[in-house]
Amino acid sequence: MPSLGADMDAGTLVQWMIKPGDAVKRGQVVAVVETQKGAIDVEIWEDGTIDQLVVGAGKKVPVGEVLALLHAAGETAAASPAKPAAGLRPVPAAPAKPRVEAVSPTATGMARGRTTPSARKLADELGIAIDSVRPADPDGVVSRADVERAAAARKAAPAPAAELKPVVADWHAQMRKAIAAAMSRSKREIPHYYLATDIDVTKVTDWLASENLKRGVAERLLPVVPLMKAVALALREMPELNGFWTTEGYKPSPAVHLGMAIALRGGGLVAPAIHDADKKGLDQLMADLRDLITRVRGGRLRSSEMSDPTVTLTNLGDQGVEGVFAVIYPPQVAIIGLGRVTDRPRVEGGAVVTRKVLTATLAADHRVSDGHRGAVFLATIGRLLQEPEKLL
Amino acid sequence: MTARTREAIRAAIFAVLGEIAPEADPAAIGADRPLRDQIDIDSFDFLNVIIRLHETLGVDIPEKDYAELLTLNGAVDYLARRCGAS
Repeated sequence: MPSLGADMDAGTLVQWMIKPGDAVKRGQVVAVVETQKGAIDVEIWEDGTIDQLVVGAGKKVPVGEVLALLHAAGETAAASPAKPAAGLRPVPAAPAKPRVEAVSPTATGMARGRTTPSARKLADELGIAIDSVRPADPDGVVSRADVERAAAARKAAPAPAAELKPVVADWHAQMRKAIAAAMSRSKREIPHYYLATDIDVTKVTDWLASENLKRGVAERLLPVVPLMKAVALALREMPELNGFWTTEGYKPSPAVHLGMAIALRGGGLVAPAIHDADKKGLDQLMADLRDLITRVRGGRLRSSEMSDPTVTLTNLGDQGVEGVFAVIYPPQVAIIGLGRVTDRPRVEGGAVVTRKVLTATLAADHRVSDGHRGAVFLATIGRLLQEPEKLL
Repeated sequence: MTARTREAIRAAIFAVLGEIAPEADPAAIGADRPLRDQIDIDSFDFLNVIIRLHETLGVDIPEKDYAELLTLNGAVDYLARRCGAS
């Protein structure tokens, strides 16, 4: 069970998209897991062949629990024992204990002893997780009849993905709990420092207006898109703001995976990643943002999007606030806040002129960086926004 | 662009808003108050409203005209003009 964020300690396996014997490719969605933040598509991070599904649909298991066993690509079932499938790349500072070792081969081995070989074979054929099958006699072995009963029960059960959706009220309560846990941990453990600066965005606003004039409605860029690019580029130059705080200290990330704080209708938020935001053009960033918001509000996120953000960007300008002093999402070490673009008087060359101004803020982890570096970072964003055509 | 009645335009706006903010109650919307004060829509939702209106009414709404669509009545007036409503 992958950790899909610092606030997750368990998840419910809703549905398997694979069965034993299936060949899988790295990045393939193999299961749907229900978390406090909704249903997530879980990707696998190795090529190989599925040996067996350890956790059955409908079961809630803690983070770190082995979900499935897999033979790595090139291995044959006979030549080497199957090993726990890596549900995803490990999240560096996730509080997940090394449960993988604790529960995997031994637990599975023990289960094996209580199952007849033919029952195991039948379970494999029917795509039933053998360890989820309970023998009719609690002290007995799992027989073919038990497997058949489990298969019949599964058939009788309502379609998993659609029916297992929790009721709205409970889901909101769960989401609130998840946010409470992550934010409490953040305020308890992270010594935040806060900086704010006003950035003249007249040039980028004008540039975007002329760019959008050339575009049809569906191709237009939202004002936040060039800001995302500037933030991502500035982060590339500031490794102490982009990475994870782990038990072994700070680990900067070579890649910039920009977590975008996205509000949900009716309350709550998630901050999934736009991968490699510093390397993408504005059209790609807009397409990714559109895809992400659409899936946050109506569809499903992927596990990598939940676990990969190296930093978060929150944009509350739409709601009219001028500045946002945000709370860092652990194990990240920084969060950037953007406010509303307003017309403000500025003094230039002794004269008062009207400029479009945006307040950008930074909340960062003082264990990793100091105010001086944070200030350089905000100044870099401001500088990059003065040459908007270079962001495209 | 076919001529449409103001009623048809109003219905099209409600249909689009209903897709994007399903919790909004059309009957409760004040026609002269800014929509964004009454319905929880952000800039992404607003862009989707513009895209959907473009698809259903065939009107290309340039960014500089967005300000005319801030209220329900403003949007009906604007779209009626652009559609050549009867």
